Amino acid sequence: MSRIGTIARRSFLVGGLVVAGGVAFGTYTVRKPHANPLKPAPKGSAALTPYVRIDAEGVTLITPRADKGQGVYHVQAALIAEELDVALEDVRIDPGPPAPAYWNTALAAEASEFLVPAQGAMRSMTEGAFNGVMKVMGMQITGGSTTVADGFDKLRAAGASARETLKLAAARRSGADVTSLRTENGAVVLPDGSRLAYTDLATDLQDIEVVQDVPLRAPEDWRYIGHEMQRLDIVAKSTGTQRYGIDAEIPGMVHATVLLNPAQGGAREDFDAAEALKMRGVTDIVPITGGLGIVADNTWRAFQAARAIRADWGPPAYPLEQEDHWAALSASFTEEALDSRKRDDGDVTAALAETTPVEAEYRAPYLAHAPLEPISAVVKIDAQGAEVWTGTQIPRFVQNNVARLAGIDPDQVRLHVAMMGGSFGHRLEDEVVKHATEIALQMPGTPVKLTYSREEDMIHDFPRAIAMARLKGSVRDGRVEAMDLGIAQPSVMASQMGRQGLSAPGPDSQIVAGAFEQPFALPHQRISGYRTEGLAPVSSWRSVGASANGFFYNAALDELIHAAGTDPFEERLRLASDPLARAVLEAVGEMSDWSGPAPRPGVGRGVAFVKSFGVPTAEVIEVEDSEDGLRLTRAWIAAEVGRVIDPVNFENLCQGGMIWALGHAMNCEVTFSGGVAGPDNYYAHSGMRIWQAPEIAVRGLENGDRVLGIGEPPVPPAAPALAGAIFAATGTRLREMPFEKFVRFA
Amino acid sequence: MKLTVNGTEHEVDVEDDMPLLWVLRDELDIKGVKYGCGIAQCGACTVHLDGVAVRSCQIPAGSLAGSEVTTIEGLGTPEALHALQAAWIDHQVAQCGYCQSGQIMQAADLLSQVPEPTDADIDDFMGGNLCRCGTYVRIRAAIHSAALKMKEA
Repeated sequence: MSRIGTIARRSFLVGGLVVAGGVAFGTYTVRKPHANPLKPAPKGSAALTPYVRIDAEGVTLITPRADKGQGVYHVQAALIAEELDVALEDVRIDPGPPAPAYWNTALAAEASEFLVPAQGAMRSMTEGAFNGVMKVMGMQITGGSTTVADGFDKLRAAGASARETLKLAAARRSGADVTSLRTENGAVVLPDGSRLAYTDLATDLQDIEVVQDVPLRAPEDWRYIGHEMQRLDIVAKSTGTQRYGIDAEIPGMVHATVLLNPAQGGAREDFDAAEALKMRGVTDIVPITGGLGIVADNTWRAFQAARAIRADWGPPAYPLEQEDHWAALSASFTEEALDSRKRDDGDVTAALAETTPVEAEYRAPYLAHAPLEPISAVVKIDAQGAEVWTGTQIPRFVQNNVARLAGIDPDQVRLHVAMMGGSFGHRLEDEVVKHATEIALQMPGTPVKLTYSREEDMIHDFPRAIAMARLKGSVRDGRVEAMDLGIAQPSVMASQMGRQGLSAPGPDSQIVAGAFEQPFALPHQRISGYRTEGLAPVSSWRSVGASANGFFYNAALDELIHAAGTDPFEERLRLASDPLARAVLEAVGEMSDWSGPAPRPGVGRGVAFVKSFGVPTAEVIEVEDSEDGLRLTRAWIAAEVGRVIDPVNFENLCQGGMIWALGHAMNCEVTFSGGVAGPDNYYAHSGMRIWQAPEIAVRGLENGDRVLGIGEPPVPPAAPALAGAIFAATGTRLREMPFEKFVRFA
Repeated sequence: MKLTVNGTEHEVDVEDDMPLLWVLRDELDIKGVKYGCGIAQCGACTVHLDGVAVRSCQIPAGSLAGSEVTTIEGLGTPEALHALQAAWIDHQVAQCGYCQSGQIMQAADLLSQVPEPTDADIDDFMGGNLCRCGTYVRIRAAIHSAALKMKEA
């Protein structure tokens, strides 16, 4: 039984903003006091984040969260349309501030409030030091895990207020009583059945006070939410007509690429570009930070010219060879490197002293994001300011960084956010925009389209953090008794924030996310995070810390459950301390008809559970040990999200998240050699191919009272569930990813 | 040189070794064909050359005299969908969608050779088309659907 109806309305006010020819409706966010009294917020300061614009040209739904493939433009539009009574196919969708009227810093901050934490990686940061950083920047974040829930209410409230205000305008114009009016498909319907289109009422709205506190519709009246919908971008994406950032065509633009120090962050020293400059179509080769920008009249010609340049490069600030990265992790399990001990239940030390503990070490490699669309940006700089076209998850940072490099004000940077061909966290970085800006500054007035080659994209990706975990645990009387899990990795938040010129004080919860907060009631449980310094720069990768830690935690649990001689599913269910967690475990058990880890000879099953981004998620994977190698035959996933907004998109994201995680666990790793990350293309590190993809059954549970996103939670449980299945099928216990180093896949 | 794309003849002035991919994208502004890897490892740039699926990043412009190139734009349009595009819409295959032009062009060649493919046929023929979002389960379902529709038609 859903408890959505009981979600408390959060404190926000719907407002209107007069724009050319009409009105924009949105929510005010009243700033709450800063935690730091030395930096108080201005009293009563507020800004409007518009979600609906109605003018004579039409109804525009403004969907400020960036879409990198997860369908959020569509989901946001559906939430507004649910109350506004417009047909999704009749309205326009605009991903960003749609007019200069909105283009001010206060608005950008408020748009970012919705935007930044909505991305999973950034959202999760709010639990840690990042929250403080964002407050100092004036980008108030009200609490990461409630952001989607806030959006769920805010967008519908904006739609509802707009609808009721339109009815008021129609009543005033027609003389009819407002209670006799109804709305339907973009029009107010009068008692005599005649219709006043929203667009016709646009100018009437300008002097009407926005109707507040409109009760939101009950779930049984929903037309969109919870029903199968056709994604708004699905026709374009099935016909080759969707334009992405890399497809930008700006009049007068030139095509550029970069040649960067292959070691991350190293300097460019001497170079010889004489041969490259002679090549057809090559017009300029210009210095940029850590490398060169190559400008030509065609992307391929720029790529070819980059290959013809010889350059000397300075060394990076991290170890040159991979074995030294592992050695640094290995040396980090010390009191000096202790970053956090967010969980310390019972008396782990005493429990382990009574027995010979089960011990194990686990490893997770660096991983590239490698979205299929290589990163790109168009930047034009002239006397008026800068204009930027790019696919990004961090528009506010992009705006500030371009402004800083160009020596102009952020509000002189006009940013157009493009559709993204995947991200997985890659577009939480903006190096490509900085490089394009550096080139554009050297050719004023010319739009410079910078496209990274696949090789530059992968070598200069900031990878998922490498990580290592060590377990000491014990069992008693056929039950898991104690777990002492230490996790060492670099701080992704410090690295990521550092590139934006920000510090990330305090412990980094991502070092232990996916482990310390798991709802399993072991009698004795201690989770320690150790921060490894001096390694390669790293970034948020789909599900961030939980991507490795979910594996460590579940693999450790499996090891202990095996030692206890119990069933991986039954023991998890017994230990699960939270009813929502129990429900997803029970669901996946029922879906997969769990009858033990080895239902028949040669077939093994594994189960894992991870709560990440607030979403309890359980998965079961089945593998068959065939002549061709291990074959993934079937998989099941159950996740608790409070409310499934679009069942089709939900299923697709769950399937995709599992496949993403499984493919990387099977065959992906980035390693450093001579300071250079590799591989540099999909001949390796491709992730899963179609022949390896199992059938995947999905179930969304709606028991919780928070509406949460599903982009990342399917990722963390997949690798440990696969490892469990392989152990059940073959007896081989996998403690390090990628698994193909130890077993053969079909 | 002359180049026929989607039934229209174009005159382009490019090096013989410029890959078809970049002729299409940067010289002719045909953007349905995508750059993913440049080394035939991802399939995002798949087009038909005289009806056969090829990786356009591997086809030098100089080899194209007299050939007919078909891109996703020539297979069908939003107003006149190919059966595969209709199935891709029905199954809502795409997430980011960046690989899907290549997936559909590869699948069109599959169905022209094997009108009623099995899962194994699909896995064999589509193995070179990478989808980083992981939409493979839906790709299989959409190909089966389109095959059925084309058989009934």
